[in-house]
Amino acid sequence: MSNYIEPLSFDPWQAIVKHQQQADIATKFGATATFIGSMRDFNENVDVSLMYLEHYPAMTQGYLDKLEQQAKQRWNLLDTLIIHRVGEINPADPIVLIACWSAHRRAALDACSWLIEELKHQAPFWKKETTKNGERWVAKNTDGL
Amino acid sequence: MSIQVKFFASLRETVGIGDININHVSSAGEVWDLATDKAERPLNVLVAINLEYAQFDSLVNDGDEVAFFPPVTGG
Repeated sequence: MSNYIEPLSFDPWQAIVKHQQQADIATKFGATATFIGSMRDFNENVDVSLMYLEHYPAMTQGYLDKLEQQAKQRWNLLDTLIIHRVGEINPADPIVLIACWSAHRRAALDACSWLIEELKHQAPFWKKETTKNGERWVAKNTDGL
Repeated sequence: MSIQVKFFASLRETVGIGDININHVSSAGEVWDLATDKAERPLNVLVAINLEYAQFDSLVNDGDEVAFFPPVTGG
């Protein structure tokens, strides 16, 4: 299990490969499920040119640890990785990566889906968008549909 | 000892306070009232005590960290 807050732009695909190699799970996993959330250049019918992500560092760390532990208790996972950006983010930049490894597909798929939903509901991050009308805080998450 | 109070995101801007220390309060609601000089509390404000979600009637003790923030929007 591993998670960290990333202040700079990152490549989620490289992070997945690197973690897989270091985690000593090669030949053990038969399934890798991933979720990558990226920044859109629009939100609520307005163009967005830049985003700033604020967080509550100590609480965020605690919740990411807790979510990974809960996922591991609930599903038969070999490993998990969560990376979440903070700071200035540009359109198309990855914001969050969740990766789950398991022997069979169902555990990885279900845990990955659960982790992103729980993270969005619990982890203390806040988005501020820059639009042509100025800056605005995102008031709530979309329903994901 | 005192209680360390933090405000985040839009709430920090609305209230005009980032961090403040206060004394002599017994609940998270009282922390809000003393720290903000009884500013009206938006209905959707969340509170955490020592990095865990709590309620406004939750008890606070000397040395606690109490944080107020709007609904989270990460991911």
